Amino acid sequence: MKYLVFLLSMFCVLPASVRADQLSDNSLINSLSAELTDRKTSESAIDKIIASSDVRKRVWLEALLDGKMYLQKSDKLMVIANRTGKQYEISDAETNELIGTVKKRTLRKVSINNNLRKKLRSAIAGLALEDADPRARLEAVQRMMLTLEPDQVAALETLQTVEQDSSVQQALELALAIHDLDSTDEIKQLQGLEKIGGNTSDTAVNRLQSLASGDPASAVTVAAAQQLEKTRKRIALYDKAETLFFGLSLGSVLAMAAVGLAISFGVMGVINMAHGEMIMLGAYTTWLIQMMWPAAVEYSLIFAIPAAFMVSFSVGIVIERLVIRHLYGRPLETLLATFGISLILQQAVRTFISPQNVPVANPSWMSGSWVIDPAFTLAYNRLYILFFSIAVFLLLLWILNRTFFGLKVRAVAQNRDMARAMGAASTRIDMYTFGLGAGIAGVAGVALSQLTNVGPNLGQSYIIDSFMVVVFGGVGNLWGTLFAGLSLGVLNKVLEPWAGAVLAKILVLVFIILFIQRYPRGLFPQRGRAAAD
Amino acid sequence: MSHSTPLSDSQLSSRWLLHNDRGGQLLLLVLLLAATVLPYLNLALPADHPWHFSTYNLNLLGKYLCYALLAMSVDLVWGYMGFLSLGHGAFFALGGYVMGMYLMRQIGDRGVYGNPELPDFMVFLNWQELPWYWQGFDLFPFVLVMIVLVPGVLAFIFGWFAFRSRVNGVYLSIISQALTYALMLAFFRNEMGFGGNNGLTDFKEILGFSINEQNTRVALFVASAVATAAGYLCCRYIVNSRAGRVVRAVRDAENRARFLGYEVDKYQLWLLVFSAMMAGVAGALYVPQVGIINPGEFSPLNSIEIVIWVAIGGRATLYGAVVGAIGVNYAKSWFTAAMPEFWLFGLGALFVLATLWLPRGITGLLSYRGRR
Repeated sequence: MKYLVFLLSMFCVLPASVRADQLSDNSLINSLSAELTDRKTSESAIDKIIASSDVRKRVWLEALLDGKMYLQKSDKLMVIANRTGKQYEISDAETNELIGTVKKRTLRKVSINNNLRKKLRSAIAGLALEDADPRARLEAVQRMMLTLEPDQVAALETLQTVEQDSSVQQALELALAIHDLDSTDEIKQLQGLEKIGGNTSDTAVNRLQSLASGDPASAVTVAAAQQLEKTRKRIALYDKAETLFFGLSLGSVLAMAAVGLAISFGVMGVINMAHGEMIMLGAYTTWLIQMMWPAAVEYSLIFAIPAAFMVSFSVGIVIERLVIRHLYGRPLETLLATFGISLILQQAVRTFISPQNVPVANPSWMSGSWVIDPAFTLAYNRLYILFFSIAVFLLLLWILNRTFFGLKVRAVAQNRDMARAMGAASTRIDMYTFGLGAGIAGVAGVALSQLTNVGPNLGQSYIIDSFMVVVFGGVGNLWGTLFAGLSLGVLNKVLEPWAGAVLAKILVLVFIILFIQRYPRGLFPQRGRAAAD
Repeated sequence: MSHSTPLSDSQLSSRWLLHNDRGGQLLLLVLLLAATVLPYLNLALPADHPWHFSTYNLNLLGKYLCYALLAMSVDLVWGYMGFLSLGHGAFFALGGYVMGMYLMRQIGDRGVYGNPELPDFMVFLNWQELPWYWQGFDLFPFVLVMIVLVPGVLAFIFGWFAFRSRVNGVYLSIISQALTYALMLAFFRNEMGFGGNNGLTDFKEILGFSINEQNTRVALFVASAVATAAGYLCCRYIVNSRAGRVVRAVRDAENRARFLGYEVDKYQLWLLVFSAMMAGVAGALYVPQVGIINPGEFSPLNSIEIVIWVAIGGRATLYGAVVGAIGVNYAKSWFTAAMPEFWLFGLGALFVLATLWLPRGITGLLSYRGRR
């Protein structure tokens, strides 16, 4: 606002003639001012603008089309004016500098007829097609799609031969196909139908629907109905693929939440009811890091992953030292004690941070989605978390199966006394194993912070599901946990469309209850000596 | 795992059920006194008399007695059978819902919408007629049967599958938790026809007596005390019986009991069913005293809390469950009023400390002192 006032005062002080002198370098738009304002010559002036190579021509053409191009009578300067109340706020068409606010009578409008308007519109669209940004090109094609002029078709066809971007290419194809459909030539229409069939965008589906409801005797209607059927089948297929993706996404979250539990439960026989709170701590660590370095939100997750691991790992070690180690061999007691710990941790977050949810930002590379087809898009955050959880899982598997630490963990799990006799420090290994399970939960918390609300109840809502996954997959079997997580996620999402979210969840729970009663040791039971209680 | 058994074999043959059961004798005496003296202090003395016992406190105590009955039912399966149930809240809540349905039907046309046939929430959801599963709940004898039948049947189905395929230990605990969680989600749905999120409330009268009347409250208190005493005697009878000894044998050495020829799963199943019925009765007595039942009662947290009452009181004693339930809930009422922030810290610490240092609970501590 201050700036505006300053400019206004400048305008009052400076005589208009001075300004004209300053623009001695008469540029294209000003050189055409006389031609433009004369109705007889305005068309050739516009042609000249279109033919020119001036970078600003798109702005001018748009201003002309919108009727915002004026001539300032006093100094014959071309200006672009925006109406504000009774006055006009003008800026120099040449330099795009704001000049000030003037009365209507100081200006003369460059008037445009319908014929010129059409020409301008196609020229602007054509210009957008040459834009360097593929998003601008895509937008231009989509805008042209429904009202394609014959001369634009040629432009689109030339673009089609050079276009690199796949989404623009798809839009071009659709636009040209729709153009064929609009033709009066039946053969061309049929060709267009051939091209448009299977395209799942709304525009294509609407067009096919309107054609398919035409005269039932005509070949075009029959072909349109066929193509519509084909499109519908493809949409149904994509729907299924999307359900599968959502299921896998949910499953990967479940598996990641459960895999830490599988370690402390499967390897050590400890029921860690505070596992959900380890997840919560990981999510809060993400929030804390974003709070501390608000400028680095883009990279916050990269720092949050090790930080969350360390926080949950340390808390896990403290819990193990203070409570769990006194309760080995009594799994039901560890359940009660760790439940108490989970209550304390939740309340601590409520008291010392906030009982409300805290806002965790998504970095820009996590938002948005990958458009494979108009009917099939994959959200980046879900996609990354799917890959991330598989990576975490493989890392864990590597630690347990390929490192010396992992060897000792497995040895203690299988036969504690023998492992000790062979020199494994079982109490220290217990401590690190429990810490590892907790740390993985913290990492899962970072992932979850990108998907759900982060609040004191975050962990509680995942603990039962995590237990279900572990028990369903078979205790002491990491592959079983992964498989159980993914399959329960998919099952949930498959049931959801016809049962509703809550009922789907209930059905999954009932399924697991019945499954456990039929196969008490889960999908992949441990065999051999380790299975004996 | 070995647990102290209150009675040895030779004592079992004694004539009187509570012979040598000091805790039980004391408990029944206290219950008898409470059921007679407190109503007298409440009804006969004027409100400003120093000995007057307020209706509010009486009501609160009645609520605790329902919890005590519930805790005993958990102790029966956990302490004597070794099944750490994380889903007993479900049986309690089901009993409560049965009673709630009866009380809803008793409202008649005094609801907000004045519909003589349909409860308010059904009118609100535009239901045209009473669903089939609400039929008959205006008849009290039918309701009395359903209070034990509904939780009993659920426990039978659950236990029949579980014990037959020898699900035990942690697995059984976790799927019992899943059971109550699934029921909670189900009862939250409006389509279930049990009032959804809000549950059943705004009760007017029970058996024709206004539910807010002082006399009704006293009667409900006495009923709770009697139910707790009766529950204790039943549990003690079962525990002392042959079946009770088999169940304990299963708890301590399941395979050995099986090889001795006992049909282990049948004993476990019937004990679970009985325990669920007891929990149902507790829920049915609880609902008219608090005036509401909603799906929150099914939450897994509630079920775990019951377990902690038993753990704190001392398990496998029965009277310990009563002590734990009343003690913890009294502390809860006091804490949530005095410093609400700290109740969950306190409860959490109780869980940890009780498992670490009080494996036999308060009563265990007392009897240990006594013996020394």
